Amino acid sequence: MRKYILKRLLISVFLLFFVSLIIYTLMRSIPTSYVESQARILSSRPGSKSYSEWLAQLNQAYGLDIGIIPGFFKWLSNAVEGNFGDSWAFSVPVTQKFSEVIWDSFILGSIAFVLQVIISIPLGILAARKQYSKTDYAVTVVALLGISLPTFFFATVLKLIFSVGLGWFDLYGKVGRNYMQLDPMGQFMDVASHFVLPVMTLTIIGIGSLMRYTRTNMLEVLNSDFIRTARAKGLSEKRVINFHAFRNTLIPIVTILGGSLPGLFAGALITETLFQIPGIGYTGYLAMVSGDIPFTMFYMVFLAVLTLLGTLIADILYAVVDPRVRIS
Amino acid sequence: MTDNSNEITNKGKELDEGSHISSSTDLGDEQRVKVLSPGMLVVKRFIRNRLAILGLVIILFMFLFSFLGGVLSPYDETQVFKHIGTMSKEYASITHNEVYRFTGLQESNYTGAAHSQFVLARNAGKDTFSSGEDQYYIVEEADELYRIFTSVPIATVLNFRGVTSINPMEGEVISTELASMAELAINNREAQFMVEDEIYTIRQSGREYILGRTEPVAVETKYIVDPAKADANIDYEFTYEAEKAFRDGDMDSFEAGGIRYGMERKGNLAVIYSGEGGNREEYAIFSRLSIQPISQDVFLTVDFKKELSKAIENRERSFLFPDSQGNQVEYELSRLNNVYTVKTETETHLISIHEQPSWDHWLGTDKHGMDVLTRLMYGGRISLTIGFIVVLLESILGIIMGGLAGYFGKWVDMVIMRIVDVFNCIPFLPLLIILGAVMDQLEVAPQLRIYFLMLILGLMSWPGIARMVRGQILSLREQEFMLAAEATGISVSRRIFKHLVPNVVPQLIVFATMGLGSVILYESTLSFLGLGVKFPLASWGNIISGVSTAYEMTNFWFVWIPAGMLILLTVLGFNFVGDGLRDAFDPKMKR
Repeated sequence: MRKYILKRLLISVFLLFFVSLIIYTLMRSIPTSYVESQARILSSRPGSKSYSEWLAQLNQAYGLDIGIIPGFFKWLSNAVEGNFGDSWAFSVPVTQKFSEVIWDSFILGSIAFVLQVIISIPLGILAARKQYSKTDYAVTVVALLGISLPTFFFATVLKLIFSVGLGWFDLYGKVGRNYMQLDPMGQFMDVASHFVLPVMTLTIIGIGSLMRYTRTNMLEVLNSDFIRTARAKGLSEKRVINFHAFRNTLIPIVTILGGSLPGLFAGALITETLFQIPGIGYTGYLAMVSGDIPFTMFYMVFLAVLTLLGTLIADILYAVVDPRVRIS
Repeated sequence: MTDNSNEITNKGKELDEGSHISSSTDLGDEQRVKVLSPGMLVVKRFIRNRLAILGLVIILFMFLFSFLGGVLSPYDETQVFKHIGTMSKEYASITHNEVYRFTGLQESNYTGAAHSQFVLARNAGKDTFSSGEDQYYIVEEADELYRIFTSVPIATVLNFRGVTSINPMEGEVISTELASMAELAINNREAQFMVEDEIYTIRQSGREYILGRTEPVAVETKYIVDPAKADANIDYEFTYEAEKAFRDGDMDSFEAGGIRYGMERKGNLAVIYSGEGGNREEYAIFSRLSIQPISQDVFLTVDFKKELSKAIENRERSFLFPDSQGNQVEYELSRLNNVYTVKTETETHLISIHEQPSWDHWLGTDKHGMDVLTRLMYGGRISLTIGFIVVLLESILGIIMGGLAGYFGKWVDMVIMRIVDVFNCIPFLPLLIILGAVMDQLEVAPQLRIYFLMLILGLMSWPGIARMVRGQILSLREQEFMLAAEATGISVSRRIFKHLVPNVVPQLIVFATMGLGSVILYESTLSFLGLGVKFPLASWGNIISGVSTAYEMTNFWFVWIPAGMLILLTVLGFNFVGDGLRDAFDPKMKR
């Protein structure tokens, strides 16, 4: 087991190297970079140096005067030591900005995750138990609707209904206008009310796949021999479903849920951007469109790490939860 | 799924029983066991799935809507609709004049430069100033009315120990009164003195003094004479005389340039008439207001200006004035500091922005004045085309890579699967956003952008298919039919692509159908963020992105709700069909 994990970790390091190389190359080849636009602004100030002088100076200051490959290795050697440089767009160290914004994303993601689990697993099991019934069709349609809904459209509809129509929530932002005047409880409620619509969006968009996954696995279990045996023994239907079937359905579900745990930190790019929640997704988006290389590099590599971690956790959990599986 | 298999076995039984009834031994038609081909079975199972049929209908509708609709629609994708409407436009601007304006003699060189020197001198309380070569003298005629004089030397005065001698210049005669006044002024060190209503100046030049007779060159005042006709001759004399008459208070006429003008006061404004009695006509308006039409082709009549001045004086917000056809037109007055603006409803060509749905435009018009329904049709074309091409691209790439990896195994598999892993690790949406930003900065043409978008989406999404194909092939290649294929000695590429890949096709079709939906979602998300398909080309995503404010959201629902519903329905349709196909191909792998 330890050997397997070690091997997987080694492969992950290898993959991360190539992923960050690809992203770095891409970021460096953006034609009009952040530095160029800065140089243009600085050189247009009265009594300033010429554009080319500023460009040369800024390129040197930002470490862009060396080629892509040496630049990448410089970045890599710093990154290995945990130094991701200073963000250009936010003018603070990347890690500081990251620690400022990550918790909003995590809270948002966690609440949505818990809600997704609470809603989709019971519904998935219900659909499997009554296969081909009206309930089953309804669940299938709801699940496919969730998968098919464009996030931006759904978020806009929610805004139309709840913000514009009913006026319950603000259109944008994490805090209200008079946040500073509120007492701690009021501040908490203010942030909570701003999180309602994003959480709603994330939950509805996300329940589809988990619901279908649960249903499929439950169906598989319900059609297996030991369920038939359990029924033949004369166990009550309740006990068959809740005890024999559900526990076995849990194996793949726990695996996939464990695998998606790192994803809670990934932030929701579209949702956060639409609601302007200052989480990692929105910050990453702002960094990307402004050509902020240090933050974008960090963000992308961070996402890649989360993906790798997710698959690793899922694979390990698979073996841990189900003793029949032996990893070699 | 149990239902399905039961039915098939039942059908088989019936057929079996049928064959038992027949007693003949030859293989006639009735003898053959009528078993549906696997393809027909799939079709049958697919048709039985109501959701799948619904999905198929949706997709068919979308195709008709997008590809046929665009042809049938009487409008173009980027046709802008205009209508003639009225619009509150700025008509005239009025300034309450707070600065000195000058009217100079035609032949004098009293210009803007001299005028600014006058302002400086006046503010400093001096009564003389110079501009260029010339020396000017300021004479205050009344409050805020100044005349500017130049002085022509008429004599030199020598003052030696109290004894004054005056030497007149050629052709000049100095009266004794003037001489004595000049002497007095020199002794009192005055620069100006007056004799018989004429102003004389004294200027020191070395030891001598130069006595000068003044001649007016300009008048500086805050009042403005506004000609009623374009050819009215408003010169120095006219301005000066008019102002003198206006300030006098009793005079109702004055003379300038040998012509008599009548004057009629109305508050702090006066109308000047030329001619007498019956044929008198308005010549100019005399006031502190500077009234300028905003557009060049408008000439403001005196009556209009009078009405306007009255409105300003009475602090009214609007006033009525008949236009050339005699209709009363309302003019609105707004004030900013001491500038008034007159606005009126003017007829102009307007772009029909955000027009409500009507028979001409079933879904109204968007913020560019284009027909929303037509743009939805063209947007559908782009979305569907992108979806199909991307899926085709990723399928080809995925089959080749997955096929190679699955069949060869060992190091080929290792390399390909590591590439797949790298692609899997790269965050998809952030990468698309970065590439979109790159294309923004390269200013890629909208049409070309779509091709790039297809290429990028295709290149990024093949790993999923490759992984699926590899997995299938890994299990298939161990089966007997592959052993048989190998035994017949056919080439490797034939073995992979003729024997293995066709067995993957069912899964591939399911994967591709579901993939179509997600490609359309990605494309519309990118277009919504402004990084995918760009205006003027339509896409369902960028139609929605036109809505950003709460006002647009509520009032122009007809622009963005249909676009969103179309995306939702199309993706849902593909997912329904994909789901149905999965069930139909293999009831056991229903997810």
